[in-house]
Amino acid sequence: MTGSALAHVLVGDASAPASFVVELNEFSGPLDLLLTLIREEQVDIYDIPIARVAEQFLARIRTLPLNEAAEYLEMAARLLRIKAQMLLPRTEGEEGWDDPRAELVRRLLEYQQMREVVDVLERAGEERRNRFARAYIHPVSAPPDAPLALSLSELLAAVDRILRVTRAPAIHDVVPRSIDVPGAIDVIRALLALRAHARWTDLVRHGAEPWEVLSTLLGLLEMAKLGECRVQQPRPFANVEISRDAASEAA
Amino acid sequence: MWRSRVTPLAKLLEAALFASARPIVSEELIALDADASRAAVAAALEEIREHYDVDGHGVELVEIGGGWQILTRAEYTEAIERAQLASRPARLSAAALETLALIAYRQPLGRAEIEEIRGVSVGSVLKSLHERGLIDVVGRGEGLGRPMHYGTTPIFLEYFALRHLDELPRSDELAVALRAEPRAL
Repeated sequence: MTGSALAHVLVGDASAPASFVVELNEFSGPLDLLLTLIREEQVDIYDIPIARVAEQFLARIRTLPLNEAAEYLEMAARLLRIKAQMLLPRTEGEEGWDDPRAELVRRLLEYQQMREVVDVLERAGEERRNRFARAYIHPVSAPPDAPLALSLSELLAAVDRILRVTRAPAIHDVVPRSIDVPGAIDVIRALLALRAHARWTDLVRHGAEPWEVLSTLLGLLEMAKLGECRVQQPRPFANVEISRDAASEAA
Repeated sequence: MWRSRVTPLAKLLEAALFASARPIVSEELIALDADASRAAVAAALEEIREHYDVDGHGVELVEIGGGWQILTRAEYTEAIERAQLASRPARLSAAALETLALIAYRQPLGRAEIEEIRGVSVGSVLKSLHERGLIDVVGRGEGLGRPMHYGTTPIFLEYFALRHLDELPRSDELAVALRAEPRAL
């Protein structure tokens, strides 16, 4: 009976009291909702006007999405069954009559008792929340490492990988080297002895180190000063041309 | 300030309590000093507590879960939290509190019994309570599939700053309406 009766009530009953809309999320379950209704209606929990409460209950859960409603629908069905059982005729003062509400009342009382404990816990939890403990957290000691399980080939493969990605370290040997002007002059003289004309690029090889460049430059200037050679540069940044000095040649 | 009568033991205990993030149980406190008796430790703890309370400190000594812990006083919580030095843990949901309440009172308790009383399924709630360390599996029932039975943990006591479970009101101390035997229905 409950299936069709329930469906009828859930879908069709537009005459239900337009009581205020309640978000069902604020209830933690059907018993919570039921207890709230009983409290609002101010009825005796041992003598619940089941028809009225069932009606209220159904009105409240109508808005519920179906996937959340299962537990509420079960309670609704239970209420309707009790309501039907209450309607069965019974003789006044009959001894053997079992109140169909008894089980529900027992559950409600049990539930309410739990809610009182919840209140106690809530107060205690709130009190504790408002006090801080020391924030230092002892680091969790890790369990000892398992013994290494490693084969020789794995080890060699690892070495190989490392060697492949690791370049030989660049080690710089810094050797102090003074500029060697006399040496450079010897070189220039030797060259000029062979050729009447030479160029800067003949004297300074590509990739020469700074000290070589400087030595050659100073040696060249020194020789020019001594009149051993002539140094010319046709235009800025052009190759420097070196030639034997005519005077010294004559000498 | 410390008065001269303060014992070295009280100072030792205070240092240990300061260093620990969790409550220290009495046995551990006693073990701190080989010569200390249980009574001496109890007296020293009382000394520290009185010192904090009487001389007016921002912290207090609190007995939790069979142990002792130094906590800040509630009146400074807001300022500490505003300065973002520490933050309060999230509140438990109503569903979590209801489930905890049942387990606390009736442990060991299985999932089916909890669902029977609460009228809703509690699988995810049990899982999150277990993850938070508030409950643990304490055994298995006899029924079909040997259902797991849950009980509360020391962290539960810590969370609610309870000395022990007996500190919760006894069932017969709960509301008068519930104490009364249901009238003959």
